[in-house]
Amino acid sequence: MANANAAALPTREPYIEDVVKAFTLAVVFWGVVGFIVGLVIALQLVFPALNLGLEWTTFGRLRPVHTSAVIFAFGGNVMLGSSYHVVQRTCQARLFGGSALAWFVFWGYQLLIVMAALTYVMGYSQGKEYAEPEWTFDLWLTLIWVIYLIQFAGTLFKRKEPHIYVANWFYLSFILTVAVLHIGNGLSMPVDIFGSKSYPAAAGVQSAMIQWWYGHNAVGFFLTAGFLGMMYYFVPKRAERPVYSYRLSIVHFWAIVFMYIWAGPHHLHYTALPDWAQTLGMVFSVVLWMPSWGGMINGLMTLAGAWDKLRTDPGLRFSIVAIGFYAMSTFEGPVMSIKAVNALSHYTDWTIGHVHSGALGWVAFITFGTVYYLVPVLWKRPDMYSRKLIAWHFWIATIGIVLYITAMWVSGIMQGLMWRAYDDLGFLQYSFVETVQAMRPYYAIRALGGLLFVLGALIMVYNVWMTVRGSAAETAGGRLRGAPQAAE
Amino acid sequence: MAYKHEALETNVIYLAIAILLTISIGGLVQIIPLFAVESTIERVQGMRPYTPLELIGRNIYIREGCYTCHSQQIRPFRDEIERYGHYSLAAESMYDHPFQWGSKRTGPDLARVGGKYSNDWHVAHMIEPRAVVPESVMPGYPFLAAADVRTDDIAKHLIANRRVGVPYSEDMIANAKADLMAQANPEGDGVDALKGRYGDKVPVADFDGNPKRVTEMDALVAYLQMLGTLVKFSDLTLKELQQ
Repeated sequence: MANANAAALPTREPYIEDVVKAFTLAVVFWGVVGFIVGLVIALQLVFPALNLGLEWTTFGRLRPVHTSAVIFAFGGNVMLGSSYHVVQRTCQARLFGGSALAWFVFWGYQLLIVMAALTYVMGYSQGKEYAEPEWTFDLWLTLIWVIYLIQFAGTLFKRKEPHIYVANWFYLSFILTVAVLHIGNGLSMPVDIFGSKSYPAAAGVQSAMIQWWYGHNAVGFFLTAGFLGMMYYFVPKRAERPVYSYRLSIVHFWAIVFMYIWAGPHHLHYTALPDWAQTLGMVFSVVLWMPSWGGMINGLMTLAGAWDKLRTDPGLRFSIVAIGFYAMSTFEGPVMSIKAVNALSHYTDWTIGHVHSGALGWVAFITFGTVYYLVPVLWKRPDMYSRKLIAWHFWIATIGIVLYITAMWVSGIMQGLMWRAYDDLGFLQYSFVETVQAMRPYYAIRALGGLLFVLGALIMVYNVWMTVRGSAAETAGGRLRGAPQAAE
Repeated sequence: MAYKHEALETNVIYLAIAILLTISIGGLVQIIPLFAVESTIERVQGMRPYTPLELIGRNIYIREGCYTCHSQQIRPFRDEIERYGHYSLAAESMYDHPFQWGSKRTGPDLARVGGKYSNDWHVAHMIEPRAVVPESVMPGYPFLAAADVRTDDIAKHLIANRRVGVPYSEDMIANAKADLMAQANPEGDGVDALKGRYGDKVPVADFDGNPKRVTEMDALVAYLQMLGTLVKFSDLTLKELQQ
């Protein structure tokens, strides 16, 4: 129907943009919420009194709020919003299903986030990392996701371009795979059809394998494939250069899609999971380094011949440094998946540091780059309110990340070594609580890094607010931005 | 290559099918054998379903997100075995829906914490961790001692577990509530019946030191006190431990 209309019109239908605007604002909002909760729980590990002795505010209940807010609220909204933006433009077609469905997806998803956060705080949890929501919310997400898939794939169907652009391959793989993982991991038996509690279908070792099949690919497809989709649209767009290598994008796309799925067991090294599964997980995790770096090279080299933009365009700088962090954490990940290394790193803060070099450096930075690109485009402004503030955000956040991950390297490796240290008489040298005590200064440094990251995000909030508030005419006058100038 | 790839990048259906096939392989290869290969779970003696009180305790453990800081999985390293006990077996979590192996040790591993500390220690530690471990960064859980456990739907919990494969008998389900109360009341009449259903080793005590009520503290401590105690390792042969 929409197709017939489009064909009849001399000019193409307008893109749906208000939903993308709403998603963009949701990204900024949930980002700040998620970072602040992260900061709070980081501080709880330094000052346990901050748990307040209340059941709603303990680390154990707030930690899922933090992880869900940053992964599914901050990351999820940017993926939904940017995919709606990208798919329309790269297909030269209005979003399939129209505005009403897109708004349903938007509000349905926000409702899910709010309900999940509230129920975590109230103590409803499935007890599986990154899949804490109970079965009722799992069903709700499934409904939203199916509509999202229909809208996205439907738009690809009615595209005016002969080829499906590479960014959309990544988005499509993200949507499909997350659906499979979510359903596979979510299978559970409710205690009562009118109650919230359920028991997952699988137990013990199978439960562990299914959980990390899900969990690692939440990283692989939610936090990587989807964000690579963003990279493939926004970096070339911002740099005004074509993607570096088309062939490389094909090779690394299929390699990533194939291999990531196998990597889950590296979360279960030396556990009761059978050895053959651990070995498979390790081998594929190590090999995965190659396609990851394929994507990294493709993203970075897209800037070939336009490196000067790194100086003049702080928004682009976010995207490019994000690719740098992606390179770093996709190298660190395979190293940590080697069993000998994992024996030291597992259960320690090294893992937390690794996750955050990916989450803060890659996911959040590429998101910031996208926000700084999208806001002026969507609100029809010549540029963000202030490039200088983007540069401030960049440097404050970067210093925050460096503090965070170095503190976690030191504390993680130190804790791993202390656990296995023996004294001259052949006794364990440290009691467990001595290692807890030794972590304290590093937890304080980590919290400081987190604080800086929050401050940077607040600068972004102000900058976005001022850009949205200003009128198009006003900003076009050049008061806010004249010729491109070097950002500090 | 790009030429052949054209079929996929010009057709949404082909592309979607190709993606689904590509992602299916790894998951199928790693997950299906864990259900199909019998030796995945060691054949050891002593495993039993959780008693109703322990099951409630386990649900509190999950509710409070204990797994965000505590693992329940001892790796086969010299230091871990000396610190925590025998390495964990797959069999030991065979009735765990879901598993709680965890991925972070901000606090120590709890796979074999059962019996290591007294009930009184656990209660004091839960109410104010720094009262017994001054350097601890664990939150206090004083509210557990003030909350009665919910008993009216306990049979439904056992039924749901049975539906996903935990061998609760009709007898266990019918007496779920009685067993729940009996485990926290060592002076009561139901103790023998409880032990008849779940075995002689079931820890029976007024865990929280408050005989008038069965609280969430009772349930959580009952769960902690049985963790890792079911399999008697002294009786095991190497053959039985093989996966």
